Amino acid sequence: MASIRLEKVWKTYPNGHIAARGVDLTIADGEFMVLVGPSGCGKSTALRMIAGLETPSAGRVMIGDRDVTALPPQERDVAMVFQSYALYPHMTVRDNLAFGLRMRGAAPAAIAARVEGAARALGLESVLGRKPGQLSGGQRQRVALGRAIVREPLVFLFDEPLSNLDAKLRLETRAELARLHRRLAATMVYVTHDQEEALTLGSRVAVMREGQVEQVGPPLEVYRRPATVFVATFVGSPAMNLLPADVLAGQPPGGSPFGAAATLGVRPHDIAVVPAASGDLDALVDVVEPRGSELLVYLRLGRSGGGPEIRVITPPDLEIAPDDVVGLRFDRERLHVFERDTGQRLGS
Amino acid sequence: MRGRDRWATLVIVALVLGAAFPFYRAVAGSLTPEAQLFEGAPLWPSPPVLEHYRALFAEREFWLPIRNSLVVAGATTLFCVTIGSLCAYALARLRFRGKALLLGVILAVSMFPQIAIVSPLFLLLRSVRLIDTYPGLILPYLTFAMPLAVWLLVGYFRQLPAELEEAAMVDGAGRLRAFREVIVPLALPGLAATAILTFVYSWNEFLFALSFTLGPERQTVPVAIALFRGQYQVPWGQVLAAAIVATAPVAALVLVFQRRIVQGLTAGAVKG
Repeated sequence: MASIRLEKVWKTYPNGHIAARGVDLTIADGEFMVLVGPSGCGKSTALRMIAGLETPSAGRVMIGDRDVTALPPQERDVAMVFQSYALYPHMTVRDNLAFGLRMRGAAPAAIAARVEGAARALGLESVLGRKPGQLSGGQRQRVALGRAIVREPLVFLFDEPLSNLDAKLRLETRAELARLHRRLAATMVYVTHDQEEALTLGSRVAVMREGQVEQVGPPLEVYRRPATVFVATFVGSPAMNLLPADVLAGQPPGGSPFGAAATLGVRPHDIAVVPAASGDLDALVDVVEPRGSELLVYLRLGRSGGGPEIRVITPPDLEIAPDDVVGLRFDRERLHVFERDTGQRLGS
Repeated sequence: MRGRDRWATLVIVALVLGAAFPFYRAVAGSLTPEAQLFEGAPLWPSPPVLEHYRALFAEREFWLPIRNSLVVAGATTLFCVTIGSLCAYALARLRFRGKALLLGVILAVSMFPQIAIVSPLFLLLRSVRLIDTYPGLILPYLTFAMPLAVWLLVGYFRQLPAELEEAAMVDGAGRLRAFREVIVPLALPGLAATAILTFVYSWNEFLFALSFTLGPERQTVPVAIALFRGQYQVPWGQVLAAAIVATAPVAALVLVFQRRIVQGLTAGAVKG
């Protein structure tokens, strides 16, 4: 097991694209770190630099106490699960699982024992003789996982491993990954664009944007105290509402005097629908989406609906219809205030 | 629809017959006694005789050019596929400046008409004392066969997902080992197609073989056949028999690997 450290890592591709702009990130031993962000934010590049598949243009990559910046992947003792699984199509499942051990010169008897063990743990015993082409998507995913596990590496790397599974299987595998992490207590780095996956799986989450880390922290902290407007809108679903701070003119949020140079963030869950004129603001209902356990309501601020759009989550039994005028009350404890120009969080 | 199918079948049959007829005539001619060949050459000889084949090996030592052709074509193919695949793999995978230009130059090399470079090549080979040797044929063949091989293989390697060899490298294989254990087995159809095309090219090549050899010790099959012609007569029976002997191995090779070649040549047309 080992910790991982990225120190001021830059990556410029030959075509001029800059995928990492001075990434600083420390991943503790045994931690499940999730790198999350929109596509093109540099999260996969960061993962590939840890794996050794890309060389940083500047900066250092450390695994444990070792500077691995210049080491090729085969000398780093990491295992990686690819988005496409990258199973060797000409080899049986058994050979796929054994490949990493064979490359590292393990004894045949030891290889056989570890392959059997991993196959049993993942329920793959009955398909050991098959080739990847004859497996279902879920089975392929397990083989990819098994190929990483048999190696007992220092570090596990996952590059969007669930994105090719259907919704049901994705939830199951997500729980299985969490269990796996608990059982192995290994250092794992997991890349995803799905903020929900990030929040549910990570011991800590690093939100990335345009080659930089915007915020690192435990999932709840990132959710409750987003450091920037970008993190605030990226994490959480439906996304946080952003309003100019002066919509609450005369009623400074939290009692503190924020001027017009601030942006106010409030999550749809933190707004209550109340009778018109009895809340902080009035709004006109635009669309109501029943979501089973709750309603997602789209409104426009102002009695005539002339203001900005705002999303609110309400209990499912609320009587509400389009064109109603309602009042909105903001939960003062859960308002987020950001500087308008820089997007940085203001206050606590 | 049915009518069109029937027409298509007819056209195909006609094409196949047209293409196969000269070959049939060669087979029939090689089994016809010399005397009959000049009396209107029957469609099928009665009785068929093997005298031309016997003469080929007993009098003309035809096994010598066959040996030479096997050595030259075999070695060319071997070098072409091994060196060419490594080169193509690098071109398919590595990112560097001027790659497109390099690929263009490689292809341009094989575009020179052979006849234009026979004389300079002859002088070059003579100065390094390679006239009338195997390397004296293999090296020039490589200059023509290698660019095409590289082009075919670059296209083939490009379609193999890079994640496969990345997985192999993370799994502990070096680049070369990943190439050997993962890429080569998957690229076999492409490698086979390239090997066969190279072999057929080298087996049939005439101009260089004629120019760079001096005697039967190093002459290849096409040259040997061309030199059957005597001062007063052409031994057509033996020429035809030799042509059959020379065509048989290539035809057999192609038939055996036919599916592989088609796969290799059409690779990338449809995502598999």
